[in-house]
Amino acid sequence: MATELTGFRRENGRVGIRNHVLVIPVDDISNAAAEGVARLVPEALALPHPYGRLQFGQDLDLHFRTLIGTGANPNVAAAVVIGIEPNWTERVVDGIRASGTPAEGFAIERSGDLKTIQLAARAAQRFVQDAAEIPRVPVELGELMVSIKCGESDTTTGLASCPTVGQVVDRVIDAGGTVLFGETSELTGGEHLVAERCVDDGVRRRFQAAYDAYIAMIEEQDADLMGSQPTQGNIRGGLSTIEEKAMGNLEKTGTKPVVDVLEPAVAPTRAGLNFMDTSSAAAECITLMAAAGAVVHLFPTGQGNIVGNPIEPVVKLTGNPLTARTMVEHIDLDVSGLLRREIDVAEAGRQLQAVVDRTIRGRRTCAEALGHREFVLTKLYRSA
Amino acid sequence: MHRPDTGRPGRCIVIHKFLVHNEGDDVGVATEDIAGGQEITGVYMDSGGSVTVTAQADVPLSHKVAIRALKSGDDVTEYGVRVGLATQDIAAGDYVHTHNIRSARW
Repeated sequence: MATELTGFRRENGRVGIRNHVLVIPVDDISNAAAEGVARLVPEALALPHPYGRLQFGQDLDLHFRTLIGTGANPNVAAAVVIGIEPNWTERVVDGIRASGTPAEGFAIERSGDLKTIQLAARAAQRFVQDAAEIPRVPVELGELMVSIKCGESDTTTGLASCPTVGQVVDRVIDAGGTVLFGETSELTGGEHLVAERCVDDGVRRRFQAAYDAYIAMIEEQDADLMGSQPTQGNIRGGLSTIEEKAMGNLEKTGTKPVVDVLEPAVAPTRAGLNFMDTSSAAAECITLMAAAGAVVHLFPTGQGNIVGNPIEPVVKLTGNPLTARTMVEHIDLDVSGLLRREIDVAEAGRQLQAVVDRTIRGRRTCAEALGHREFVLTKLYRSA
Repeated sequence: MHRPDTGRPGRCIVIHKFLVHNEGDDVGVATEDIAGGQEITGVYMDSGGSVTVTAQADVPLSHKVAIRALKSGDDVTEYGVRVGLATQDIAAGDYVHTHNIRSARW
């Protein structure tokens, strides 16, 4: 069995583990054309989504940042961009090209869907053929950006699957790599522990400001988070409070200092453990992390969240033996042996690293094989 | 009751039904379904020590059991930190969940 890791080294030096050609709609009404291109060129992957019209301010900035970051992710070989009008379409194309990734843009106004699809499909066809010639080359673990987020947690998450991820997180960072964690509201009860781990007072202040702003946003809605956070699935799995959920969640961050605090979908500039201010909803969170450049995601689950992402492979593990048995097609690694004390956390970490290594080399994760491609944009407020 | 334990997986003599994150925690997590009335032993993840209580109710896999008595309003400690407040008196061995503890945050 091969022990060397392989991946795709992009022009800007960043390393990916997949080689997708994307068809990115700028807005909701361009989804049909994007999907039309992907039907004609089956190896091109369309990313339909519901937004992109009449957004403004920070919400619009985040929309562009997420689309551009997705196209620029090192798991992407090239991107076709389709928008209703040329101005915003070019903005996305220019952003992706600035990363060194080939991109072509097409606007539907004054052409219509059918002509646009024909032109965009020709570009997508060429990108797919070119991408197939990009070779896998040896890469190092420390060259990768890894993201982490758990879902449908239960008490086994904090006992088993999250500490297992923590082992791999520490290993990636020791190798010089970069790890993203987020889920701002879900740190409640353990936020002081994250603050203590911030590398300096400046990072600590920015972390506290991001946390306080998220909680203030929730409180402004004058709503009860009980029943949403923890979720009904969390409660069914034995988690009673947000604080208990947070403590389990934090187990997956390992032991390293927090080196930076990032706005959603912003690419990190410092190696090590980075906090990103995100929702705790799985698909939204992973979409933002992939847009920041993460190439492989580690996803501990208790009750069985089945999320995937179109461009970033999601590796799923559980410590819950019931979930491992009843949802076997979704679980890449069963670490329920930790509950039975058949293995220790170091051994579980080695097992997860082995699964991650195989994923890096090209083995499809359960979520990839089952076609889970949840691409979910974060919307900060209503459109104009 | 605490007994020393090797703390090494596969070598321990304790047949555990639950795990406790830290010495000093008020609750443990059932690692299999527990039937009320059973005398059950849990293992501390940090020290490898063990604790035995009599289950006062059925506790499903991945749900919590109290390992000491708590008064209504007391902090509930898990992972060595407060994870909530008791909303009623809780006896050692009781099933602990949203019916008898709540968040201290919202």
